[in-house]
Amino acid sequence: MKPGRPERGTPPVDPVTLKILVAGGFGAGKTTLVGAVSEIRPLRTEEFLTEAGRPVDDLRGVEGKSTTTVAMDFGRITLRENLVLYLFGTPGQDRFWFLWDELATGALGAVVLADTRRLEDCFAAVDYFERRSIPFVVGVNCFDGAARYPARTVRQALDLDPAVPVVLCDARERESVKEVLVEVVGHAMAQAADRRRAATV
Amino acid sequence: MNPEGQGPAQGQENGHWFDDDAGPVVRPYAMTRGRTSHAGQHRLDLIALVLAEPDVDDAGAESLSPEHMEIVALCRDTPQSVAELAAGLDLPIGVVRVLIGDLVDEGLVHVSRPVPAAELVDESILRDVINGLRAL
Repeated sequence: MKPGRPERGTPPVDPVTLKILVAGGFGAGKTTLVGAVSEIRPLRTEEFLTEAGRPVDDLRGVEGKSTTTVAMDFGRITLRENLVLYLFGTPGQDRFWFLWDELATGALGAVVLADTRRLEDCFAAVDYFERRSIPFVVGVNCFDGAARYPARTVRQALDLDPAVPVVLCDARERESVKEVLVEVVGHAMAQAADRRRAATV
Repeated sequence: MNPEGQGPAQGQENGHWFDDDAGPVVRPYAMTRGRTSHAGQHRLDLIALVLAEPDVDDAGAESLSPEHMEIVALCRDTPQSVAELAAGLDLPIGVVRVLIGDLVDEGLVHVSRPVPAAELVDESILRDVINGLRAL
């Protein structure tokens, strides 16, 4: 919270807020990525599955619990006065897909963080964003000790559309994460331009 | 640590929950008096901003809980997103949405862009986002 209150009498302009999603398998580095650029320590929000009340609520493995919570980590970047970008780490488990719908609505775009040791963990996320035409880039998180693969190999393994950018990154490094996010916004602009072109033809 | 199976582990086998296993002492939706949605209120977007009305007098709102007042206090100086308020109050998003709905009814706060924009964001704003990110 910032100290001091705004001057009385100046007509307040409502800030514009935008969101970018960060998806990927469990342990792919989503919260690390959010923390690398967020101006606040990543915050956690929770929702009860029973509150969402969807039929897919599969509680196998957590018997003895009548409700379970799902957490989302998020961070905030103030880009300029009245322009704020939020980064949301999507819940890692596939069975919480219905929460993604809420997160994905109105999202500017997404980062799918891939860990080359467990590339299959991000199939679900790639699939999800492709189907909904949400612009996304694949960030290959270069973990220490993980074998480095060229972006081309990852692209083939994930069977990505040629337009989808694949970037090698380090989720711990602010500069690296900034680059990934710039890529997301650039890709979102390109996709929007393509759509406009398609609409006028 | 737990000789002869005494203590919480055995308690759970009997179907009893102790301490944290039993969940919060006050169930979160008790704060909303059991309501899980708010009449007339859209499902607020996670990044919808909540702003306290500038000249509100928070005395007199007798039907409001401490949690309601905490929300008003949190967004008095700086607008707060629904997600931030939920994290700040350590309450589930569903609960916070209901509480915000109450505050809107009372005229204590207003919500900016409650539902996500259906159309694409303006290109000039996207350019600002890129420039802003580069300048971080």
